[in-house]
Amino acid sequence: MYNTGLTWRRCLVYLVLVVLAVVFMVPLAVVVLNSMRTVADISQTSMIGWPREWAPGNFAVAWSHYCIAQTCEGIRPYMWNSMAITLPATILSTLLGAVAGYAISLWRFRGDTWIFGLVTLGVFLPEQMKLIPWVLVLRDLGLINTLTGLVVIHVVQGMSFTTLFCRNYYVAIPLDLIKAARIDGAGFFRTFGRIVLPLSPPILIVTVIWQFTGIWNEFLYGVTFVTGTQQPVTAALISLSATVAEVPQYGVQSAAVLVAAAPTLLIYLFGGRWFVRGLTAGAVK
Amino acid sequence: MTGLPGYVALRRVPELVVIWGPLLLSAGHVVVFTLWTTWISFTPSTLLPEYGWVGLRNYQAILATQNWKIAFNNLLIYGSGFVLLSMALGMLLAVLLDQRIRGENVLRTIFLYPLAVSFVVTGTVWSWLLNPGLGVEKLVHDMGWSGFRFDWVVDRDMAIWTVVLAGAWQASGFAMALFLAGLRSIEPDLIKAAQIDGAGPWRMYLRVLLPTLWPIMIAVVAILLQFAIKTFDLVRALTGGGPGISTMLPSLVVYDFMFQRGQLGRGSAAAVLMLLTLLAVLAPYGVWKRWQRRQAARV
Repeated sequence: MYNTGLTWRRCLVYLVLVVLAVVFMVPLAVVVLNSMRTVADISQTSMIGWPREWAPGNFAVAWSHYCIAQTCEGIRPYMWNSMAITLPATILSTLLGAVAGYAISLWRFRGDTWIFGLVTLGVFLPEQMKLIPWVLVLRDLGLINTLTGLVVIHVVQGMSFTTLFCRNYYVAIPLDLIKAARIDGAGFFRTFGRIVLPLSPPILIVTVIWQFTGIWNEFLYGVTFVTGTQQPVTAALISLSATVAEVPQYGVQSAAVLVAAAPTLLIYLFGGRWFVRGLTAGAVK
Repeated sequence: MTGLPGYVALRRVPELVVIWGPLLLSAGHVVVFTLWTTWISFTPSTLLPEYGWVGLRNYQAILATQNWKIAFNNLLIYGSGFVLLSMALGMLLAVLLDQRIRGENVLRTIFLYPLAVSFVVTGTVWSWLLNPGLGVEKLVHDMGWSGFRFDWVVDRDMAIWTVVLAGAWQASGFAMALFLAGLRSIEPDLIKAAQIDGAGPWRMYLRVLLPTLWPIMIAVVAILLQFAIKTFDLVRALTGGGPGISTMLPSLVVYDFMFQRGQLGRGSAAAVLMLLTLLAVLAPYGVWKRWQRRQAARV
């Protein structure tokens, strides 16, 4: 069935693929081009078009001067918020998930399948079911409207994903390896450090990429638990496009959108292989 | 492997804390928070939680609102449209990419990149493209075709379909990746046998290859459906639920009642209804999955 000659059928296959690829690229291309166009240019023609004159200043304005809600500091503070939430939450949830996955799959204890079942249910539970309890818990902890509060939420919730990923990877490690280490007198942590961790880089990379992407892109928690200049960049983007100016600043807004999407896009471009691996591993199991 | 012994030696305390602490926190918050919100849904809570008992009153009130009716109806349209379109596009892409294509990696990267971007970003960009005075319609007008109309996003009856479009644009790469992985894992013997029987490429896919993919298809349907039920950011950024309330979804109704109207009891009732919808999708999937595993164990 694989005919590699150049027949009309193969031409058609390539044609359809290229047309679809162009359609898929349109939104990205539009944002990239508009981030370098002037307001006059966009409002005279449309969002879709080649820049007639270049407006390289859009990025500087979007980064540090543009007014979002009442503050005119651009998206810079929100980008830092997102970083300050995403980095610690990604690292912590991955580490805890790795240890938990290891305990569940290789160390076994009474009730482990039950606990694992409950943890993975967290993957499916809608965020809406957790909003009010989180508000009350964060208030009691004094963490409402703080970035630390969002880190706590993302670590606790993220553990569902990271434990699932790591556990599914670790079950393939032969139990004899662990038994041998135990007979040699290695305890829980030493077995983890000596045997499991050296085997873990593939799954840890997948998990880190997925956690980073998921937390960076999260919106509902960011808009519910923190306000104003404490919000992550996804929440800022919504207020930014809702900001009513005399003349809508589509060029600057495109630049802001591009900057906000850049971290996860870059990770995807350079770690695409791992991204897809996580996709198929997480989805099928 | 034996379980932990009944006694706890002092030197094992740190490992127990490290294993059990985070695990109990993670598993516990799922259980406790679910029960907590369910409880609030039976109370007269408004701006603050109050722990009285009103029975099913919040549920009756929510189910009677126009918002919920429209939202649920929209979920049916969006859920089926989004799943069908994503699956169809994903399957088309997977079959085409399976033809020993030059540049497969580049094409795959292009079809999958929307998944790495947040819904807020995609929703915002699609709202620009679909805006009649700004996007595609304006472009076609400027090219001289002034009768062209593409104003779904401001049309009450059609606006939900823009959510379908943007959602499918984001998710068909996901379906493609899973279908492609499925196609690549089919036994070469099966393909050879079909070739010897003289099956052409069309019949090969329809009769031989696609039928082996159905377990993956069911998994993709389940994942996409739960994805559709949870959709929130995309609508927030694309239409904001409008025009009017014509693109409301259950997730937006929950947020609206909880944090904009300050009716925690009713908002929680809506959240529980959302969870029940999700269970209606996932429970059959779980049962099927278990049945399939048992079949596999028997063979």
